[in-house]
Amino acid sequence: MTYYISNIARSKGDPKVIHSGPSSLGTVDRLAKALGWYSIGLGIAELVAAERITRALGMEGKEALVRAYGVRELGHGIMSLSPDKQLGLWSRVAGDGLDIATLMTAMRHDNPKRDNVGIALAVVLGVTLLDIIGAQGVTARHSRPRGRPRSYRNRTGFPQGVQAARGAAKDFQVPPDMRAAPSLAAVSDRAPQERVRSH
Amino acid sequence: MRALVWHGKEDIRCDTVTDPEIEQPRDAIVKVTSCAICGSDLHLFHNFIPAMLPGDIMGHEMMGEVVEVGPEARGKLKKGDRVVVPFTIICGECDQCKRGNFSVCQTTNRKKDLADKVFGHATAGLFGYTHLTGGYPGGQAEYLRVPFADATHIKVPDGIPDEKVLFLGDIFPTGWQAAVQCDIQPTDTVAIWGCGPVGQMAIRSAILLGAKQVIAIDHLPERLEMAEAGGAITINFDEESVVERLNELTGGEGPEKCIDAIGMEAHVSPSMPDTVYDRAKQMLGAESDRPHVLREMIYVCRPAGVISIPGVYGGLVDKIPMGQLMNKGLTIRTGQTHVNRWTDDLLRRIEEGQIDPSFVITHTVSLDEGPEMYKVFRDKQDSCIKVVLKP
Repeated sequence: MTYYISNIARSKGDPKVIHSGPSSLGTVDRLAKALGWYSIGLGIAELVAAERITRALGMEGKEALVRAYGVRELGHGIMSLSPDKQLGLWSRVAGDGLDIATLMTAMRHDNPKRDNVGIALAVVLGVTLLDIIGAQGVTARHSRPRGRPRSYRNRTGFPQGVQAARGAAKDFQVPPDMRAAPSLAAVSDRAPQERVRSH
Repeated sequence: MRALVWHGKEDIRCDTVTDPEIEQPRDAIVKVTSCAICGSDLHLFHNFIPAMLPGDIMGHEMMGEVVEVGPEARGKLKKGDRVVVPFTIICGECDQCKRGNFSVCQTTNRKKDLADKVFGHATAGLFGYTHLTGGYPGGQAEYLRVPFADATHIKVPDGIPDEKVLFLGDIFPTGWQAAVQCDIQPTDTVAIWGCGPVGQMAIRSAILLGAKQVIAIDHLPERLEMAEAGGAITINFDEESVVERLNELTGGEGPEKCIDAIGMEAHVSPSMPDTVYDRAKQMLGAESDRPHVLREMIYVCRPAGVISIPGVYGGLVDKIPMGQLMNKGLTIRTGQTHVNRWTDDLLRRIEEGQIDPSFVITHTVSLDEGPEMYKVFRDKQDSCIKVVLKP
């Protein structure tokens, strides 16, 4: 669908997509993307519906904390959707720990919404598992493997060797519009007084 | 035909697309024999430069054989010609083209209204580089339509392998122009930030142009080793202070000439707090570019020196030390490369054996493997420095 819309910006002779092939995005990248958007959604919900959330969990009075967690979730989401998705997903794992610890405080016997807290805990644990899988996956997929890199010691680029190459293009005339003004070399080999005299 | 198509952030796919067609009398169709992934493609891969649309074909470094020529390009091109296609599309007739300022050609950007609004004045059309520069389909494909083909080409003789001449379309003249606009003198120290493909070409160009010493800055061992092979003294910024080492190598004066071959995506490290600040702002959309290298160059460059910026910047930067820049009287030169201004001379230097740009190629793969190679190149895995694709 998006192609049909973006094709409006193309001319008649421009190539248009007929069939889509394999992507540079791996499965874990897509998982990171999904979790990033989940974070954004949850963050917005925590910000705009903090009262309803605390009421549902029997945690009245903790609205400010829920909103702060909402801001935190937005941060996780933005990072998970960025090229630094490893950082985003690992920050989500840390955030999950915080969420679990906070929910545990609401698992009191005198909390009439204890069942809701249990459901929330189960959801968070499930998401934590996904976060750990995603974080490990993207770290493995996008990290530079340890060990010795390939050697490029002989990649001089100069068929006649580096020494022969030094200054080999001295015949090149720098165009007037690309000269440095004033030319450092042109003035630095003589003292200012000498230059004045020479005029 | 098959082509590498942008579908969204970090989502490049090898798709089947319709073949390009001649649209204008000056167009030609080129059957691509080799193309490359450029470091600046990664800015699009990360969606840091605006105005990419799903379905856009990537690639601005390519060459091949002319298979179809529009009636007004026939005087300059014919079927069977072997050409490198410069990434800047040029008319060769406007005021800027006549001055040799090809990358700001006044004619070829077909999305001029959009570009005028964003840049103030439109720049040249570019292949595969957003709708701000015309939205032209790129060359990571089996076939490419070349607009204004009578001017937008570099003819190359048979007998030289693709690998030796392919980079005439972008990274070689880009590194060369970066060095040329430094106006290198035999007494100069040239410091080059970034040992990616453009940095490597800038190092070789500075050596050829006779710099007293060339200093290359990076942190990846394989890239530093390649820089050293090309005649540079290297600084690993993970291991030593760039500013201290540069001052040490220049008798405390700083390098006369500084080249930024990094651009908008400087490496982020807690040891360089400004990079963390930039990254956070970039994620929030409050800053488009991470200009750590610019800040460092302005700080360390010798007063009255020159800063040359071939690295691509996309939009807005923050915390640029204008006080240092102004008081030190530094000259900044930048711009997309005026490719055709340099290519006759550079082709001659390749033919004479002064330089062989193929040294930078570390991976040669089929077009189908392109999406995976974007990831490998971005993540700097498998010691990847330059990827060439064979459609």
